[in-house]
Amino acid sequence: MSAGTAKLNVTVAEVKPINDLVTRFKFVRTGGGGLPTFSGGAHTVVEMQDGDITRLNAYSLMSNPADRGAYTISVRRDDQGRGGSKFMHSKVKEGMEMVISNPVNLFSLDLRAKKHLMLAGGIGITPFMAQMHQLAMMGGRFELHYSVRTASLGTYAKELTERYPGKVHVYHDDQKEAIDLPALLANQPLGTHVYVCGPKGMINWVHGTASEMGWPREAVHSEEFLAPASGKPFEVKCAVSNKVVQVGEHQSLLEALEAAGIDAPYLCRGGACGQCETNVIGYDGKFLHHDHWLTDEQKAGGKHIMPCVSRFEGKTLVLDR
Amino acid sequence: MTIQFNDETFRGDFTFRNSEWAIKRFPFPFHEDSYMYSVNMEPHTSYRPGSVFERTFDVDEHYVSEMKDRAQVLADDPLRCQSLPHMTLAGWDLVELIMEAKAREYPDLFELHKNGNRWRWVNKPLGIDDTFTFLDESTLPYGPMEYITRQTQGDFAMLDQRDDNLWMDAGMVTTQADWSLDFDIGMNFFEWHAPVPKAHEMGIFVRALKFLLNIQQGQPARRLNWTMTVNPLLDTSPENYHKWGEMKQDLTMENLGSKQHLRVELQTFFRLPRSNALVFPIRCYLISFNDLVTVPKWGRRLHRVIRDLPEELATYKGFIDNRPMMVEWLSQYDDGSPTSDGIWADDD
Repeated sequence: MSAGTAKLNVTVAEVKPINDLVTRFKFVRTGGGGLPTFSGGAHTVVEMQDGDITRLNAYSLMSNPADRGAYTISVRRDDQGRGGSKFMHSKVKEGMEMVISNPVNLFSLDLRAKKHLMLAGGIGITPFMAQMHQLAMMGGRFELHYSVRTASLGTYAKELTERYPGKVHVYHDDQKEAIDLPALLANQPLGTHVYVCGPKGMINWVHGTASEMGWPREAVHSEEFLAPASGKPFEVKCAVSNKVVQVGEHQSLLEALEAAGIDAPYLCRGGACGQCETNVIGYDGKFLHHDHWLTDEQKAGGKHIMPCVSRFEGKTLVLDR
Repeated sequence: MTIQFNDETFRGDFTFRNSEWAIKRFPFPFHEDSYMYSVNMEPHTSYRPGSVFERTFDVDEHYVSEMKDRAQVLADDPLRCQSLPHMTLAGWDLVELIMEAKAREYPDLFELHKNGNRWRWVNKPLGIDDTFTFLDESTLPYGPMEYITRQTQGDFAMLDQRDDNLWMDAGMVTTQADWSLDFDIGMNFFEWHAPVPKAHEMGIFVRALKFLLNIQQGQPARRLNWTMTVNPLLDTSPENYHKWGEMKQDLTMENLGSKQHLRVELQTFFRLPRSNALVFPIRCYLISFNDLVTVPKWGRRLHRVIRDLPEELATYKGFIDNRPMMVEWLSQYDDGSPTSDGIWADDD
C-alpha cells in the first residue's frame, strides 16, 4: 500500500481555547458535505504547512462519531515539543483550509464488553469523549475515571460530569486525589474491558496492576502516541530508491524520508500502529528504538526500525526503502 | 432498467447462462500461464468501465436469480446467516455502505432517501420499497446485515478486529466454495485458514493478516480467488456436499464443456466506520468451459495453469480426480502460441 491514508480537505470552523494548555479545533468539509462517520477512539492525522516543513500529527477525534457535520480535536500545547502543537495553537485560525486523513482507529471499543471502564490522564481524555458518545447512543454501560492536575486544567471535566451524571469521576493531583486502581478493578463485573489513555507511567501502571490481579491481557486496552524524539543528526542510505538522506536533529527519520520523496507508509506517526516498519539491510552503530510496536527481540535483532519515532547513532544505516 | 436480468436457476435444471456481455466482462483470474498463491491485493478503485471492477458492488444479469437462490438456501438452512450480538453495529455499517454505493452508482435501479435517521430504500429489480429508522433493528424485517445481504450478490464475511487479529463473528454465506460459516463463526484468521495447504509455510497468512488489519476507511482493497465447480452451482457448501459432491463423477469428455465451470471470487475488503469492523464481500462468478474458450487467450492459458498446478492445490480445490480429463479437453484450445500478460482478452 502506498504512503499515508486517504485525505480529507477541511476548513477550520472554530478555534476555542479551553484552558491554559488546551485548544479545541473544529473542522468541516471544505465546500460543504458530510465527513465520514468514525468509531470512538479513532484519530486523524493533521497536516500542517509550517513554512518549508510539513508537520503531520495524529490527534484523537473527540466529537460524536455519528455527527458527519464536523470533527473536533483538542491539542495540548507542548512548549518543549518539536513544533506541531505550537503551530496548531499559534498559526491555525478560523477559516483556514487544512488537509487531514480519513479516520483511523487503533483504540477501538471491544463491542463484546459487558461494561467499559475508562481511565484517562490529562489530554488522554479525548478518545474517550467520542467513545462515550458512541456508548451513550448504543445504550452501552461505561464509567470514566479521569485524573487531572488541577481543576482549571481538567479539560472537559465539568462538561462530562454534567453530560453523564454518576458515570464520571474526576481526580485532582493538586488535592492529592488518586484513582484507587486495585479497588476499582476488584469491583468490576465479569466481562468488563479496561481502556487507558494518558502518560506512559499511567498506562504501565494500569497494565501492570490488571495483570497482577489476573485480568486477561485481551481485556485491557491502551493508546499512547509518542512524539518523535530529537537526537543527533544521522545519515541513511536508502537501497531501493538509491538515495542518501540526512536526518536532522529535530526531524524524524520518517519525515526525512518523506522530504526526500521516498514512499514511506504511515498511519499513526506515533510508534503504535506498525505501518511504517522498515527492514534494515545493514548498519554499523546503535539503534534508539522508541516505538511500542517491535518486540524486545526484534529491537535487539537490528533488522527492523520504526522510522516514525526511532533514531540511529553511528556510521552507516542502510534501509530497504 | 439498463440491465436485462436473467430468469435462471443454479440447481435442478441449471438454466444459468452467461450472455456475451457477461462472458466479455468475466473476471478471468490468471495473469500469467501458471498459478501460485500470493497476497494479490490491489486498491478497490473503479477500473475499466463495464468490467466487474468498475463499481463498489457489481450488479449484473444474474442479480435477481441469485437473490432467489439465496432466499431458498436460507429457507432450507437459516444458519447460513449468523451474527454474534456485538456485530449488529457492523451490520448497520454494511447497510449504509451498500445502500449509499448502489444508490450512487446505479441510480436507475436503487434509490436511498434520507430524512435524518428515517431512511427510504427502493430496490427496483427486487420490487422493494421500505422505510425504516437507521440503527433501530425493530424497523426492519431482519437484522441489518441479513436485510441488506438478502439484496446483494456475493457472500459476506463480517470480521471483528481485536487483539491484532480478525474474528469471523458474523456473515451471510450461501454461495461458498466448500466452507461453512456455521463451522467458522467465532474463529480467528489463522483458525479459519488452517486447512489451506502450502500457504502457511509460505508466510502468506501472516502477511495477508497484516495487510488486512491496516485496511483503512476510504481505502478498500480487492483480490481474485478461484476454484472449479461441476454444474453452475452457487451453493457448494459442506452442508450440502452429499448433493453436489457426486456431480463431480458425472463429467465426460462430451459434457465437460457445458458442465465444468470455472468459479471466480471477487473478494473486496472494506473498513466499516462505526464499528471499526472489516467486511469481506466475496462475489462468485461462474463460467462454463465452453464459454471460457470463446476467448482464445483464456482457453490457452487455462490449459497451462490447470496442467501445471501443484497436486496439493488441485486436491485442495477439489478437482484432482477430474484434472486429467480437464487438461485433455482444454488442450484442444491450446495451440502453443504465447499468451499476453494480464487477465484481459487480447481483442480489447
